[in-house]
Amino acid sequence: MKSFFILFLLIFVLASLAQLLLPWWVVLPICLGLAAWRGGSAGAAFVAGLLGVALSWWLPAAWLNGHGAGLLASRVATLLPLGGNSWLLVLLGGLLAGLVGGLAALAGAWLRVRE
Amino acid sequence: MLRWLKPVLALLTAVVLAWVLNTKQGDVPPVARLLSPYSGFWQNGETAADFPAQQTLRLPGLHQTVRVRFDDRRVPHIFADNDHDLYYAQGYLTARDRLWQMEFMTRVAAGRISEVVGERALEYDRFQRRMGLPFGAENSLREMLKNDTTRLVLESYAAGVNAYIGQLSPREYPFEYKMLDYAPEPWTPLKSALLLKLMAWDLSGRSDDLRLSNILSKYGPEVTRDLFPNFPFRADPVVPNGAPLDFQPLPVPPAPPVPFAAAISGLVPSREPDAELGSNNFAVAGSRTASGKPLLANDPHLQLNLPSIWYQVQLHGPGQNVYGVTIPGAPAVIIGFNADVAWGVTNVGGDVLDWYQLKFKDARQREYWHDGRWKPVRRVVERISVRGRPDRLDTVLYTHHGPVVYDQNETVFNKQTPVRHALRWTAHEAAGANEVLAFVKLNHARNYQDYDRALRTYASPAQNFIFASRSGDVAIRPNGRFPLKYAEQGKFILDGSDPRQDWQGWIPMSQTPRVLNPARGYVSSANQHSAGLGYPYYLGWDYAPWDRAHRINGQLAHMHRATADTLRVLQNDDLGLNAQLMLPWMLYSLEGTKESSDCYSYPHPNSSVAVAMRVLGQWKFHYTADAIGATIFELWYQQLTWALWEDNFGKQVTGLDMRYPSRDRTNRLLLYQSGDGANCFKGASFWVDDRRTAQQENVHNLLTASLQITMDSLTRKFGPLGPKWAWANQKSTDINHLAQLPGFGHADVWSGGSPGSVNATGARNGPSWRMVVDLATPVRAYGIFPGGQSGNPASVYYDDMLESWRTGQLDELVFLKAADENHPRLQAAWRLEK
Repeated sequence: MKSFFILFLLIFVLASLAQLLLPWWVVLPICLGLAAWRGGSAGAAFVAGLLGVALSWWLPAAWLNGHGAGLLASRVATLLPLGGNSWLLVLLGGLLAGLVGGLAALAGAWLRVRE
Repeated sequence: MLRWLKPVLALLTAVVLAWVLNTKQGDVPPVARLLSPYSGFWQNGETAADFPAQQTLRLPGLHQTVRVRFDDRRVPHIFADNDHDLYYAQGYLTARDRLWQMEFMTRVAAGRISEVVGERALEYDRFQRRMGLPFGAENSLREMLKNDTTRLVLESYAAGVNAYIGQLSPREYPFEYKMLDYAPEPWTPLKSALLLKLMAWDLSGRSDDLRLSNILSKYGPEVTRDLFPNFPFRADPVVPNGAPLDFQPLPVPPAPPVPFAAAISGLVPSREPDAELGSNNFAVAGSRTASGKPLLANDPHLQLNLPSIWYQVQLHGPGQNVYGVTIPGAPAVIIGFNADVAWGVTNVGGDVLDWYQLKFKDARQREYWHDGRWKPVRRVVERISVRGRPDRLDTVLYTHHGPVVYDQNETVFNKQTPVRHALRWTAHEAAGANEVLAFVKLNHARNYQDYDRALRTYASPAQNFIFASRSGDVAIRPNGRFPLKYAEQGKFILDGSDPRQDWQGWIPMSQTPRVLNPARGYVSSANQHSAGLGYPYYLGWDYAPWDRAHRINGQLAHMHRATADTLRVLQNDDLGLNAQLMLPWMLYSLEGTKESSDCYSYPHPNSSVAVAMRVLGQWKFHYTADAIGATIFELWYQQLTWALWEDNFGKQVTGLDMRYPSRDRTNRLLLYQSGDGANCFKGASFWVDDRRTAQQENVHNLLTASLQITMDSLTRKFGPLGPKWAWANQKSTDINHLAQLPGFGHADVWSGGSPGSVNATGARNGPSWRMVVDLATPVRAYGIFPGGQSGNPASVYYDDMLESWRTGQLDELVFLKAADENHPRLQAAWRLEK
């Protein structure tokens, strides 16, 4: 359990910092590398990658949703269509990015297990 | 080996998923890039901190410091010490609010949409280029760059736009760039010229020449003259009959002795162009106002979109202090006022676009016959970039008339355009024309003489320029380059081989129709005929119906001690003159009298026709949002027109692409030529009968059947007669985002008005800017548009004016004398420094 939390935290912090400067898909090598380095079980790595990356999107998106981007977010949520619910959009965005992170972390964990 | 399988598969899945989410898939945006809180749309939010009350911006290329004040509608009030800085700041601040819109519109004009959206816009792009919009823009730009003033204005404006673009990082790109996944490109003066050509296309790009030629060949000259007259039965022209001529007219070129019989063109009909697209403007002299000074009002009716088509600005620089609306992407104020004068525009329906049928030497189409010899065709290759595909090349043929819009029997994009005909259009002609110079001069104008001088270089699209000055003048003139034509030249397709049918020159700019300070104390226009029968030149035959113009003039004639609010009320007038004229006759004819009882009887009192008659009988012809009578009448009249003309002018019946006679001619036929119920409609016009049926129909049959269809169709649409039948629901005014993005516009805006009312709000078109100026001292002005100053859909200033517009209110416009003036509605003061 402890190794899960460490991996999750590492992914969250590093992904958040990296995305300030680099394209969003930098989460992929980050999750792959961190899981290969520190990962525990495959399942835990996947969840850590998913939640770590998702959180790196949820927090800033939720904050921006309340600070200037809420109106636009509800328009985008009408367009997608998510019934104009900007919180659903926050959730969905994080999950999509999280899925990429989770899969990459899974790959990393499997690499480590076999070595 | 197997131990690698699982991690590699997982990694591969992650990479593929990341790629899919990172890439535009057809029309689906790159989802992850769009939704990323680090660089996607979340970064386009707008908070108070993004718009500080005080700040200094460093901008490369400014000569001196520019001061900008913003009012509570976010209108920039720009104070510059030189013209370069003034237009630079206009470009910079407009781009700051509207970059995507202004750049996208230039792509629309230039035929460069395929670069953004891919192959599905290819036909559209080809059409724009073959119509010669970029060709016209380049011609126009050459003239404008020859003039020192307009070169400075256009280049400074471009520099300002580019200063803004240069500051942007991809995460700061306006939302639509992220959505459509492309980047802004540098601005050039050509783009400003393209926008003016797009206006010319919207306002003067329509033509019925093909349809009229088909009618002429099917029904002959007599019927054509009768049903498609050059001057309407009911008329209230911009320059009224009896206006004195203060010039010696030029001789008009002779018409060819035998009219040209154009080949029948078998094109498929399409949706009709919006005949009601138009505008109102009116000005009253001091004799009719409370202040003793003139009042001026203008409301151009265009397609209602978001971001708004107009952008408000105040420009204060050497020799000028002007306020008004601008087209994002074009410098200077288009409609506005200064301390001394006010002006506005409405469209002129004159015929400035003609088609010439060509005779090529052979299928290679290298030479065409003209003036007794073969002349070479100029071939221009258009290169169209298509997203995700190789470039497409398209060869366009140019004759001395103009471009051949279609040179093959191929898919025809705009069904108005005949095949293998050359296009002659004023929007292509630039010699002596400089529209930007005209607006710059109007911005500086102090009096009537300045207005007169300013308009001399204004060519296309021709507009009714209305004018009022603090010194008491009111004036109007349908102004632009009008070809010097013999009567009906270009009403039908012209013979491209006969030099007598070429355009023979221009009506001198000093001889366009005009009126200054008429005795009646007001001037006005609403897209109706430009001049009365006393005007010596032929300008065209197909103008907007007289309804709005006649209503405006009727109201102005009763105005005494008028104020700005009196004019505002007139702008919102919702009386339908067509209903007022036709409905009493329609009901009377349907109901019948004792004399007509042998011929037909009153409909059964419980029938839907009788119910409709009771509702209509109580309606007072006002198109209020909740009026049910308006809903029934509009559809009934439309169905009646269809029943009257479709059998003789419809494509499905006749196999030919034609058009219906005008509303004016339709009404005349119905009122005076459809016979009398007292003798069972004996002697009614031949056109009343539906020739598809064996029996002889009379107008009572048409009225009954069309009202029955109307009631059935409205019942299907709204359910049983009730509040749902409100006019606003039937009219359904939508204000859409330019890229048609759901959620970014406003559907079904609850508002009154109709295309034929002064408040000409229709399904997609309507008053795109309402302005009233009181030329008292100091000048006071009012205005509103259905949207907002910001083009950012995250901003409250994206559509903050919509509600006031909907309810017919106007904002008082903040007109400052100096940069440091105090005004309760000012919110921010910025400095732009080099």
